[in-house]
Formats: sequence, C-alpha cells, structure tokens
Amino acid sequence: MSYHCIVCVKQVPDTSRITGDVMKPDGTLNRAVLPAVFNHDDLNALEAALSVRDSHGGTVTVVTMGPMGAAEVLRESLYRGVDRAVIVNDRRAAGSDTLATGYILSQAIRKIGRYDFVFCGRQAIDGDTAQVGPQLAEKLGLVQITYFEKILELSDRTVRLRRNVGNGWEVLETRLPLLLTVLDTANEPRPAAARRVMQYKRARTVGEAACEISAAMPDATEQKRDAEQAVRIEKLKMNDLLIEQWDLDDIEADLQWCGISGSPTKVHRVQSIVLTKEGYTELPPTEEGIRGLIHELIVDHTLG
Amino acid sequence: MIEQNRKGEVWVFAEQEDESLNEVSLELCGKARELADRLSVRAAAVLAGWNVRELSYRLIAHGADKVYYVHDTHLEHYRTLPYARVMCRLIAKHKPQIVLYGATPLGRDLAPRIASEMRAGLTADCTDLQIGDYTEPKTNAVHKNLMLQIRPAFGGNIIATIINYDRWPQMATVREGVMRLRDGDPKRSGEIIEEKVEFNDFDLVVRLIERHREKRKINLKAARTIVAGGAGVGNKEDFQLIHDLAGAVGGAVGASRAAVDGGFVGAEHQVGQTGTTVRPALYIACGISGAVQHRAGMEESAKIIAINWDREAPIFSVAHFGIVGDLRKVIPMMIKAIKERA
Ligand SMILES: Cc1cc2nc3c(=O)[nH]c(=O)nc-3n(C[C@H](O)[C@H](O)[C@H](O)COP(=O)(O)OP(=O)(O)OC[C@H]3O[C@@H](n4cnc5c(N)ncnc54)[C@H](O)[C@@H]3O)c2cc1C
Repeated sequence: MSYHCIVCVKQVPDTSRITGDVMKPDGTLNRAVLPAVFNHDDLNALEAALSVRDSHGGTVTVVTMGPMGAAEVLRESLYRGVDRAVIVNDRRAAGSDTLATGYILSQAIRKIGRYDFVFCGRQAIDGDTAQVGPQLAEKLGLVQITYFEKILELSDRTVRLRRNVGNGWEVLETRLPLLLTVLDTANEPRPAAARRVMQYKRARTVGEAACEISAAMPDATEQKRDAEQAVRIEKLKMNDLLIEQWDLDDIEADLQWCGISGSPTKVHRVQSIVLTKEGYTELPPTEEGIRGLIHELIVDHTLG
Repeated sequence: MIEQNRKGEVWVFAEQEDESLNEVSLELCGKARELADRLSVRAAAVLAGWNVRELSYRLIAHGADKVYYVHDTHLEHYRTLPYARVMCRLIAKHKPQIVLYGATPLGRDLAPRIASEMRAGLTADCTDLQIGDYTEPKTNAVHKNLMLQIRPAFGGNIIATIINYDRWPQMATVREGVMRLRDGDPKRSGEIIEEKVEFNDFDLVVRLIERHREKRKINLKAARTIVAGGAGVGNKEDFQLIHDLAGAVGGAVGASRAAVDGGFVGAEHQVGQTGTTVRPALYIACGISGAVQHRAGMEESAKIIAINWDREAPIFSVAHFGIVGDLRKVIPMMIKAIKERA
C-alpha cells in the first residue's frame, strides 16, 4: 500500500546569526539583513515523509505559508525529491499567530485533498512555540503525535511508532491519517540532489515570475508586462516548473479566522531593554587577577 | 472560546506522571494564587489521572483553593486526546478566565490542542505574568485586569507583552523554574471536586503499547554553582573545559542554546527562556554573548561571572565580575587557582 504525505515547512530568520548589525538603533530587528533559512526541524519532517515514500511508494507534497521569498524552501524541497509544492501567500494572513496559522494551513491541506500523513517539524526556531503542529491536527480532526522519532511498523491503515519526550520514550499504535511533529534527532535529512537542482532551480511561483519581469522591464507598459508574464507562466507550466501559489480565497479560508482578526493573542507592547554597562568589577585575564577573584569567592562563601 | 467571565477562576493544569506531580505545577499554583488575589477570584487546579487524589493536597498547600479531580482508567498515562477532552469539557463548564500550563513536553503537546479546540489564545514560554489594563488603540476601548503575558521577543533585547482580550480563556505556558517554588503550607484548606468526563471512540484511538521513563540526570535548578558554556567555546571537544571547571568548583554544567544547537552538550543543560531558569549562588558564563533569551534564565543568580573576549557583549550588563579575555586561557587559570586553594 502506498501513502500520501504532506509536509508543512517554514522559512525562518537564522536566529543563530543575530549580531550587532542586525539590530536597528531602536533595538528592533532588521530582518532584511538576517539570512532566511529552511527551519531545521522541518528538514527532518521532510526526510521522514520522503522515507515513507521510499519504502512504501506514494507522494510527498510540501506546503508553506509565508511571504513570496519563502518559495525558496519549496525549491529546496523540490531538490530533495518532493512531488508537489504549494505556497499560501496572502497579505491578509500577515499578523497570524499560531492559531490562525494552524487554521490557514488546515484549509490549504483540505484543498490538497488526499493524505495519510501530515508531517511538521517539532518547532520553528524563530518562536520555539511548537504550537502550530498540534493546532493544525485539531483543526483537521486528526490524531497528533508530537516528538516523533520513528515508525516501527506500518501496515495498511495501522501504524506503530515511537516518540521521545526527553526523559523517556513511548511506543504508540494508532490508525491513519495522523499528524506527526518530527524531532531533529529522528533522521539525517538528505542533501539536495544535483540533478534535481539543475531541474528545479528555475521553478517559480506566479508572484516571483511577475516580480522578475517587472524588474527586468522597468520601463515597459503594464500591458506589455502582462503579456510577457502570461508567456512566462505558460512556459513554466509546460516545463512543470510552476510552483502553485494560493491565496486565502483559493483555500476558501474564512477571513475571521485569519491574520490579526483570527489571532487571539495580540502584542500589547514591545520594550527594548536598555542595558546598563556599569556595576561589574572587571578583572584582568591574568593569573593574578583570577587568583584574586577565586580568593574573594571563597572568602564570601560563594565557593566551597 | 468561552464568553468573558470576570468572576472566572485562575486555573493550573496539574501535570502528574507515575503518581508524582511535576514541580512546575506547584510553581504555577503559587503564581495562580497571586493572580487570583489580584483579581479577587479563586485559584484552582485540574488534576486528571487514576488514583492520584492524594496529590490534591499538595496543590492546595501551594495555593489552590479548589482541585477539580478527574479519576478515570483512561487517564492513567498521559495521552493527548483524552486529556484534551477533560480540559475542554471543564473549561466549557466552569469558564475560568486564565489557564496556565507547564511548558514541559507534555504541556506543550496538550495546551495548543486545547487552545485550538477552544479557539482561545496561548502564549508559549512566558517569563513573567502580571495583571494589567489595555486600551485598544483604534477604539479606545479599555480592557481592565487582563493577564499580561510577558516573554522575550525574537531577536535583540526585546521583551514583548502579549494579551488576549476577546478569546478567553487567557492561556500561557511557563517553563520550569521561571516562577519561584514557594514552600507549601500544609495547613491551607481547599475543596476537592470530583468531575466525570465521557470519552468517545476517537479520544481513545491511540493505544499506548510501551512506555519508559528515566530519572532526571541533571537538576540545574538545584545546583549551587553553574558553569555555562556558549557558542564561544567553539566545539564539543573544547566543551570539556566547561566540564572541567564545573568539576573544579563542584558545580553543574549549563549551556546557551547556541551551544546545544552546535551539539556541544545535551538540551537538558540549556539555560534560558526555552531551557531552564536557574538562580544559583554562582553562575559562570563562558563564551556566552548574553542574548535576552539567555539572560531571562540566569540573571537572578546571586553572583555572575562573565568570561568573554568581546567587551561589548551584553552578558557583562548582568555580571558582577567580568573577565575580558579568551576563555581557553582564562578557564585553565581558574582551575589552577581553585586547585591551589584546595
Ligand atoms: C524563541 C527563542 C528562544 C530562545 N531560547 C534560548 C534559551 O533558552 N537559551 C539561550 O541561551 N538562548 C536562547 N535563544 C537563542 C539566543 O537568542 C541566542 O542566539 C543564544 O543565546 C546565543 O548563544 P551564545 O551566547 O552561546 O552564542 P553567541 O551569541 O554566538 O555568543 C558567543 C560569544 O562568545 C564569545 N567568544 C567567542 N570566542 C571566545 C573565546 N575564545 N573566548 C571568550 N569569548 C569568546 C563571543 O564574543 C560571543 O559574545 C532563543 C532564541 C529564540 C529566538
């Protein structure tokens, strides 16, 4: 029996690279200069799906929600072997908290249609909340297994698997369909396949194609651009290089559950903390300086 | 979601496994007590399990006025769906205004499922919870006495205050150790209310075949001294320096998330917003820049020593002693100095 898998992936700012120049003078983040990367745990989710397909046959579809640039993680997924890639891109989705995001993804997955497994990464590094997976499962009416590590047995509609909760593990058995959030220790994500990179590096969404054409023909009339765009999209389609791009209408999302209005949690205020530099005793990095420090700590009973 | 209920109680989901309560639930009972007093309402805990009624008394001692106890064989070991069913039913019935969960693997599995079913808000990994007012900027509508859910925001030195004024209950998860564990008062009295919840076939569709739990290997919260290493340590081999210094001072090993992500040391050593919050007598930060998410987990340490070769690193702003220098040179000197004194 073969299985249809859907993988939810996210493009995230690389939080391990937050350095001085990433901060604006007002203490907020300048996202533009922070490199955007494939959320690491999502690569493990992708790998888990691909390996189900490797051993049982079937399909793997990736879906992401995000700004146009997030199509990059879809290309990365195509390089690794997915059959189909979809981006949900809509300004009205901006400001979505985890609950609204879960809802929007659930509508996209309903539109994709058939599935036996939905895979998510354990969490995204920009928020570490680990909330979207369980919320998506609930919206789809699916069983959720978080901290998934491996499938032990899969036959027909029954799956036996292992989850690892840090201080122990469990073996669970349930029936398909279900949603899994995948640990980074679950597997070793495969690298991009060179042949597929050659094949898919020119894959584009409609939005990306339009942007590229506008940039290439700054002085052209709108009509001319539109015509050029139609030709380009036709070509992408013919070569199987058009990445599907949906907006909230395409997935029949109820707008009251999307974006800011669909998000119960609201940001009340953001404070930057002013760090005061004074108040600590500086010691020279010398044997003497350090001996003095240790002495002081022993005398006041902090040590020993 | 439930309608706003200003008389609603402040709830804690009481996490128990193998008939023992997770300490974070007791910490949260203390916080719930505080919030409930501010709001002049009652604090309650929800305890689900099989033959665990006895645990109610500890929850009461730590601040709960009431314990809703659900006793059912299906609840003996945690599974998402039956536990979510219990919480959703009880929330719909009693309409608490606030529900708090430990940000443990169990709490992080359960709370978002409940939030989705109740269409309510949920803020992860709060480092502080307060009561305060909020004025909607567009309408000038004032919402009084909301739970302010405070957490470091991604990047920089930014603290965000999150609120939820229309889709109640207001829910948050909190890591272990963030709220102080107060001494329980065994003389406190409270009510134990038994509740019954029915399960359907779907709730029970996951079967637990085998289960294994390990005793916790390290307890950072209890350590008197912590030596923590960050990305600046460089690699797993050099992280031995951190272990060596911890050995010399008789302390535990901590780490920043960058060190954990780099594979230098296991995730159970992580200090910070999404790790453990610690308040040792001495915290030695080596090669840690001091991002707000890290500081949130250690700045209340009684004494902090920072070793970093970048004078501008924000870790120095919370330090009592600072050594601007290469940790590869400084740490061996420290070990030597300690050995000389011993
Ligand atoms: C949602 C979220 C949650 C997070 N939760 C946590 C958390 O719980 N805990 C946590 O720690 N982080 C957390 N982070 C990550 C945090 O923002 C920082 O990225 C992280 O703390 C940086 O770790 P670091 O200080 O080890 O690394 P860096 O910021 O890279 O700092 C390394 C430091 O080492 C110094 N250094 C380098 N070499 C040497 C040397 N030879 N001698 C002396 N000094 C040297 C450098 O000057 C630098 O200051 C979280 C981030 C997000 C977005």
